[in-house]
Amino acid sequence: MTISFGNPDRPNSYIGKTVPRPNAPRLVQGRGKYVDDIVLPRMAHVVFVRSPYAHAGIGSINTVEAMAVKGVLRVFTGADLAKVCTPWVAVLAHLKGLKSPPQHALAVDRACWVGDPVVAVVANTRAAAEEAAALVEVDYTPLPAVTDMMSALDTDTPVLHPDMGDNLAFRRLHEEGDVDAAFAKAHKVVEARFKTARHTGVTLEPRSILVDWNPAEAQMTAWHATQAPHMMQTVLAKHLDLPEGRVRVICDDVGGSYGIKVHVYPDEVATAAIAKIMARPIKFVADRLESFTTDIHARDHEIGGRIAVDKDGKILAMDIDDWTAIGAYSVYPRTSAIEGNQVVNLCGGPYDFAHYRAQTSVVFQNKTPTCQYRAVGHPIAVAVTEGLVDMAAAALDMDPVEIRRRNMYADDAYPVTSPAKMRFEGLSHHASMTKLLELMDYDGLRAEQAELRKKGIHRGIGIASFIELTNPSPFMYGIGGARISAQDGCTVRMDPDGSIVALSGVTEQGQGTEAMLSQIVAEGVGVSPAKVRVITGDTQVTPYGGGTWASRGAGIGGEAALQSAMALKASILEVAGSMLQSPVEALDIRDGQVVDSATGEARMPLEELGRIVYFRGDTLPKGLPRELVQTRHFITSDYPFAFTNGVQASYLEVDIGTGEVKLLKHWCVEDCGRIINPQLVDEQIRGGIVQGLGGALFEEIHYDEDGQLLNGSMADYLVPMAAEMPDMVVGHVETPTMESALGAKGAGEAGTAGAPAAVMNAINDALRPIGAQVTAMPFTPERILRAMGQIED
Amino acid sequence: MTEAFRDRIDIALTVNGEAVEARVPASRHMIDFLRLDLGLTGAHSGCEHGVCGACTIHVDGQAVRGCLMLAAQADGAEVWTLEGLTESGVIRDLQDAFVARNALQCGYCTPGMLASAMDLLEQGGIPDRATIREHLSGNYCRCTGYEAIIDAVEGVAKARAGKETA
Repeated sequence: MTISFGNPDRPNSYIGKTVPRPNAPRLVQGRGKYVDDIVLPRMAHVVFVRSPYAHAGIGSINTVEAMAVKGVLRVFTGADLAKVCTPWVAVLAHLKGLKSPPQHALAVDRACWVGDPVVAVVANTRAAAEEAAALVEVDYTPLPAVTDMMSALDTDTPVLHPDMGDNLAFRRLHEEGDVDAAFAKAHKVVEARFKTARHTGVTLEPRSILVDWNPAEAQMTAWHATQAPHMMQTVLAKHLDLPEGRVRVICDDVGGSYGIKVHVYPDEVATAAIAKIMARPIKFVADRLESFTTDIHARDHEIGGRIAVDKDGKILAMDIDDWTAIGAYSVYPRTSAIEGNQVVNLCGGPYDFAHYRAQTSVVFQNKTPTCQYRAVGHPIAVAVTEGLVDMAAAALDMDPVEIRRRNMYADDAYPVTSPAKMRFEGLSHHASMTKLLELMDYDGLRAEQAELRKKGIHRGIGIASFIELTNPSPFMYGIGGARISAQDGCTVRMDPDGSIVALSGVTEQGQGTEAMLSQIVAEGVGVSPAKVRVITGDTQVTPYGGGTWASRGAGIGGEAALQSAMALKASILEVAGSMLQSPVEALDIRDGQVVDSATGEARMPLEELGRIVYFRGDTLPKGLPRELVQTRHFITSDYPFAFTNGVQASYLEVDIGTGEVKLLKHWCVEDCGRIINPQLVDEQIRGGIVQGLGGALFEEIHYDEDGQLLNGSMADYLVPMAAEMPDMVVGHVETPTMESALGAKGAGEAGTAGAPAAVMNAINDALRPIGAQVTAMPFTPERILRAMGQIED
Repeated sequence: MTEAFRDRIDIALTVNGEAVEARVPASRHMIDFLRLDLGLTGAHSGCEHGVCGACTIHVDGQAVRGCLMLAAQADGAEVWTLEGLTESGVIRDLQDAFVARNALQCGYCTPGMLASAMDLLEQGGIPDRATIREHLSGNYCRCTGYEAIIDAVEGVAKARAGKETA
């Protein structure tokens, strides 16, 4: 059974249409159910005492005063929890050489960053727990802190983890072709140093978990704001010595995740350990300062880049030296080497060139651990690549679009393998660029820019092409030994009233997973989406799956849903064929009715078939299969990843007196393969772009040289707000993947991948006549004024 | 913490049109009073210092940060949260527009965003997009990129203005 996607008038054509999200009305009525909304009988609250030092030995811990606070139930130290919770080591076998020390739920002998949890205080109310936490006395011995990335490996820098030998967590060098020879014969060589600031996700709902342990049933239940319920089930079971089957993770509404909520956090595991010890429900909800000091950080990279071009602008070679500092531990279980590894994999991505060298050096330091955050590594790789390409174009006096045209893989070149050894099944760089130039009226905008420059108004146009990794196979984590499912599943059933229930292993954090699944299942079975109820986020109920990360929900979870829906349709039609004495091939299901497939004539509503199967099965022939429940799983296997592509453009104005940047408009054309719901895809792109714009202009976690985090509040860490953001024009080219019947690739990270590079190139386009250039994000007024030489101290 | 600070205070107010009497700790924040004591979990706690707007509610006709107000200050006040606004139907058009335009993703900012947008819409007229953006600039949304929210609010303003002149 296939679906003729080319025919928009086909029956049940819900895939490709904008249909409303079934969970949205609930959320606009204040009827969401986030973890903090859940109250259980005998529930207690845990609050953590955290290290105020970047690096300190932990001596005696005095809890007498804390225990005296009314309402306090228990206080736990690292040694207490170590008795019931084993530590973890976040390495993966395929990231050769990656090392990290064991990490406990609560620090035992040594705290390694400001915010490292040291003591847990449990009380009847959060207020009492907070009051008591302030009274816990920990005897810290401050130790030298490693805080500077580029000197982390110097011989006179202290080694953060003596057992590890040095501060190098991971290093990977990739070399293809003869890079040095290519640079030697180049017409022009351009080089620059780039910096991307340390960011964090700032999910509006802080990290939250509520864990209950019922010893009578030997059952743990965790209500968790997570992207990967099954992964958490495995982790909690393993480290608390429980059978996996006795851990249930439930994920109701999640208030934003963006990669922040796909990791294992020590305080969350501690909460589960405490629930097991106390045999009662324990809730932990991070406060905003804890969010800044303990949610994973990301993007803290310094990159040296060189590009070699010939006189026609053809890229001959690229040479990338990437450095990142990941904090004191690699984060479990996905590890903190992935981001640097991605930079190696993704630099130069859109371009057809031969000689490529890239190295990433990943070092330890006494700061909050970094890990995967929306568009992992992409904003860095795209900024470096597109920054260098623009600089090369300027050196050749060539238009930025023209140099890209001369180097992007031809749209008919696929399949192709990049110099970074990434395999591309089918991309559309040129078609996407053509569409972008139309949407933005590139020539008209250039004319306007030139006209305004005569009046002293400095506007810039920045272009950024990119590739994006989606639909990951086990090559991402599984081959390294992590129990993280790349496969996903869906169970679809028809109930007696003809309604359809779909249970999926992918999860919803607001991106529209449930709407997307309802459309696919509706089309696959032949009912309206309103007839489909989607259930996600419960390990005891849904098929085992990976959850939502790396832009896999639609491409992998969607295909599993389509296959299970079509299997259910076949089961229904087999029963219908028997009841109607008709060949199955002559029947179809449309809008909840069994119909004659040739004429569309209604033969029987699904509720009648449901009535017979469930209540009058005696009237059906004995032995007639009547399984109105079908499950299918899907895993990608032809390619390790389904790459997508796109191109973004930024139009902005730089006030050369104040250094302020005003974003005027932003465009993105991207190719995520088959589009299931155009509105949801566009809004993923827009949300992603703004997250990228935040990184380009505002977001930066600051530490002092002692490792103190300086801007741990939303008043001090600037995020994009409505007033500064531009309207965004989004367009699409559709190149479906042939790996699945659905043909969908991921769309959730493309916006974030390309936006910072587009803004950087636009600012530098505006500044170029002045001879100034910026490459260190975020591009604050101060940095722009410094680049122009207007601040010199 | 001093004994005086522990003192409990009796308050009488209306919440979503219903009379409420309570004895609250002096330190109880309004948002915690609504969420923990009254079970009104629509408004959310986001940053706890008045920056993100997730806890925005209406007190005596004004949009107020639930995290910057103490419950003790609400004695005699008329308080509306999203639950009550929904039941009364006063912002049904705005809620419908948010759904139709997908002006929410995770939904965590949405109750506060609606409370702030309601404020602007009650001023009447058709605000331009820059005005809407400025008015909502105290409400943080990490998911949408804001454009869909601006579209939804603008659309409702136009529709309401159209009804008035019709």
